Amino acid sequence: MDIARVDQIIDRYGADESYLIQVLLDIQTENNWLPHEALERVAERLRVPLSRILHIATFYKAFSTVPKGRHRIHVCMGTACHVRGAQRVLDAVQEATGIKPGETDLELKFSLETVNCLGCCALGPVMEIDGKTYGKMTPAETAEALRNHD
Amino acid sequence: MSEVRLQIDGQEVAAPEGATVLEAAQGAGIPIPTLCHHEKLEPFGSCRLCTVEVERGGRKQHVVSCVYPVAEGLTVRTRTPEIERIRRVILELYLAHAPEAPRLKALAEEYGADKDRFGKESSFCIHCGLCVRYCAEVKKKHAVGFINRGTKKEIAFVPDIAARECWKCKECFPLCPTSWLQAAYVLVEGILFPREEQQA
Amino acid sequence: MERLHSPAELEAFRKAVLTDRAPDQPCITLCAGSACHACGCNDVAEAVRVELAKQGLADRVHLRLTGCHGFCERGPILVIQPESVCYFQLTAADVPEIIEKTVKAGERVERLLYVDPDSGDPLAREDEIPFYKHQQRIVFGSNGSIDPKSIEDYVAIGGYSALAKALSEMTPEQVLDEVKRANLRGRGGGGFPAGIKWEGTRNAPDPVKYVVVNADEGDPGAYMDRSLLEGNPHAVLEGLILGAYAVGAHEGYVYVRQEYPLAVENVTLAIQKAEELGLLGDDILGSGFSFRVKVHRGAGAFVCGESTALMTALEGRVGEPRPKYIRSNVRGLWNRPTVLNNVETWANVPLIIQNGADWFTRIGTETSSGTKIFSIVGKITNTGLVEVPMGMPLRDIVYKIGGGIPGGKRLKAVQTGGPSGGCLPEHMLDLPVGFDELTQAGSMMGSGGMIVMDEDTCMVDVARYFIEFLTDESCGKCVPCREGLRQMLAILTRICRGEGRDGDLEILEDLSVVAKEAALCGLGKSAPNPFLSTLRYFRDEYEAHIREKRCPALSCKDLIAFHIDPDRCRACGRCRRKCPAEAISGAKNVIHQIDQDLCTKCGTCLEVCPERFGAVRKISGEPVPPPLPEDQRTVRARG
Repeated sequence: MDIARVDQIIDRYGADESYLIQVLLDIQTENNWLPHEALERVAERLRVPLSRILHIATFYKAFSTVPKGRHRIHVCMGTACHVRGAQRVLDAVQEATGIKPGETDLELKFSLETVNCLGCCALGPVMEIDGKTYGKMTPAETAEALRNHD
Repeated sequence: MSEVRLQIDGQEVAAPEGATVLEAAQGAGIPIPTLCHHEKLEPFGSCRLCTVEVERGGRKQHVVSCVYPVAEGLTVRTRTPEIERIRRVILELYLAHAPEAPRLKALAEEYGADKDRFGKESSFCIHCGLCVRYCAEVKKKHAVGFINRGTKKEIAFVPDIAARECWKCKECFPLCPTSWLQAAYVLVEGILFPREEQQA
Repeated sequence: MERLHSPAELEAFRKAVLTDRAPDQPCITLCAGSACHACGCNDVAEAVRVELAKQGLADRVHLRLTGCHGFCERGPILVIQPESVCYFQLTAADVPEIIEKTVKAGERVERLLYVDPDSGDPLAREDEIPFYKHQQRIVFGSNGSIDPKSIEDYVAIGGYSALAKALSEMTPEQVLDEVKRANLRGRGGGGFPAGIKWEGTRNAPDPVKYVVVNADEGDPGAYMDRSLLEGNPHAVLEGLILGAYAVGAHEGYVYVRQEYPLAVENVTLAIQKAEELGLLGDDILGSGFSFRVKVHRGAGAFVCGESTALMTALEGRVGEPRPKYIRSNVRGLWNRPTVLNNVETWANVPLIIQNGADWFTRIGTETSSGTKIFSIVGKITNTGLVEVPMGMPLRDIVYKIGGGIPGGKRLKAVQTGGPSGGCLPEHMLDLPVGFDELTQAGSMMGSGGMIVMDEDTCMVDVARYFIEFLTDESCGKCVPCREGLRQMLAILTRICRGEGRDGDLEILEDLSVVAKEAALCGLGKSAPNPFLSTLRYFRDEYEAHIREKRCPALSCKDLIAFHIDPDRCRACGRCRRKCPAEAISGAKNVIHQIDQDLCTKCGTCLEVCPERFGAVRKISGEPVPPPLPEDQRTVRARG
């Protein structure tokens, strides 16, 4: 990621350490992950120790310090989805993609994450692919939905 | 600063206002075990081993003595059957990670903790944060920090800073209650920093 | 927009908005909440726009996209005003007929109406439908009638009049006193009285104070705060401004999960609009009182719902709770006195100021006043958000509003209070739902999640699920939580796999006590609750898993097997074709069999086996019958 772009994002808020998480969120949204140079730049501009930024970047779920796949799969593991069979949907996704939650496949095609509630409990079990919600999923439909992505 | 009088294990103790129960007890020679406490550092309250019972106005609760402030008329009990149980289980949880650490073994003996009660996950680090906090608060170098959270949390050296600072300092090594830190550093050092750079 | 300088100018603005709107002009409101969004309300909205234009009705009929109506099970939901005709589960293809018949001719499209499950009659109006009829929607009700992006809509229904009243007629002490007398208890967790919390902040000597909206709703299965903030952000803001006035704060924050993008968008816009109108900023409505609000997105950590962790996150740090014994209303954000309440709590404040504490305490019970929004989810017919007066029996919520358990199954338990709450068994359904009643029963109110479980839900697995959730969400700072939960999870996982041992329950109880007594924050202290409450009411299920290696609910994968009954199989081949693991053998007229080594226990075979055959069985605690010899595999079932 371009350092000038990191500076622009920081300037949106002002170089104040209380905006650290907001700045990192914007970098994450724009770049899909947090490259080390970007973090170093943020540390320098906001005058926050890099060790603290590294803790933040690995503490919160929204952040990733490694590149992510082209398609992002979120399987909801919220309670409502859980009692309606979310584990079966997750199993089906793992079966189809060969990756576990938190992983990205080698071709950078899919990244898989579990999330704790997407607030669509009426549609459970729910999964999202690239932000599009798929509701009332069965293992068979899950595999089908994944086949439509390349 | 005015003085506060309280009772610890039946003994009348005076302590300055703003002191913690731990400091008051230490001043009176009453031992309370700690793992994450260091007098030069801000209280961290993570190891929970210094848990004591405080009673005020008839209300009892368990608190960590390294953070809880003294108060006039406070009654403190540092050893009750519940506290023994809490410390024993906490030690057993730690021993799953660092079963051979001498300090943990000594404490385990005192509290009757079984080092084999839980499945071993030898990570050696018990997350007391002494190294991280000492480096940040006393040395102001931030060469070592935490990464990740929850059960995945661990300590990690920041290579660029560690290469510059750690070689000549190493003051955090003796603080580590499991003596693991030194090994971690040596490993990072071996992998990441060429010898010449350290000498320079 | 012109800045308003006095309560009188706000009234004039309200009149102008209302004059522009003919009350009998038809208006189509369409739920655009998150759940309806996911089932295609955008396509429906587009179809309405196209159709209105096509039929030349675009200027006569208004389309309003609103927040969540609550009846998420039946989305997308469309309501036609002024008659309040509700249509459910529609698609874009239904729109022309609706416009033709209902909007133009005043007739109803019967097939899209709600059908009363008891009488079989179609019901057209919201107030006739059981799901809505038994609710009392004082906080949540406006969601269905306003566009959250329009401050005019909020003002039109009386919005910001509580603020005008407070600023012009009441002192800060009077506002505080009203909230105290109303006995408004926090709707986000422990149920601490908001007025007492506010008073501590007001009385704290530090002149700089903060007020914060906790919109880091993280309990899985609870989404009422999301729906409120998305659907009625101005109500939350108005409450926050009132709180700031009462305690003397001039800065506030909305801490909202970035996983709720629509909530972030709507509240940010609401702040901007309120600033333009002079309802935020300097000298609000000419009162001399100044107050500003910033939105801070949370980066995803359940522990940040804990008040001290949320405050460290607001400061731009890792969201670990602080080891402090001083309350955050005295020393909170940047060590300043800080009032933190959740979305629903703040949204109640304007109602209390507008209608008075006496009105508020008449709703609900003596110790729990007002209403509470619950998200009723899981094995329930009408999934959705419901707002009921406190004290309503659990049974009424589940059956009268929730419509009972689908598929003719039996209710087993209702889990309330989120991961830190507990499970209430069937025989406690007559419990009136209030803060203290739930706590006494071993659960809690929490933020109002209500997860219904039926006979297919394994209670050991539910405990394992919540402990796994909490292990994953533990910040990792203190050992009773980080390590204690890790060990609890390992043991519960073993039990669910049929590898439980004698003594496991005692170890779990030991770890529970230590977490409860010695963990640093509320998350850790309450973390054992899911285990303790399931053990209290469902000990027999734990014992079946440990002693008999049997899962009574037939749910734990390692303890069940699928088997095709040779006497019932008709060799229709459905299960064989659908099996994702290709574990089923068979052919035309050949009895189908499951290869237990290949089977992944996904349950697809059971789902697809035609009901009239009912050949696939789930078994637990007994050996799987051996495969049939090849010469006995000809289909026997007839008929």
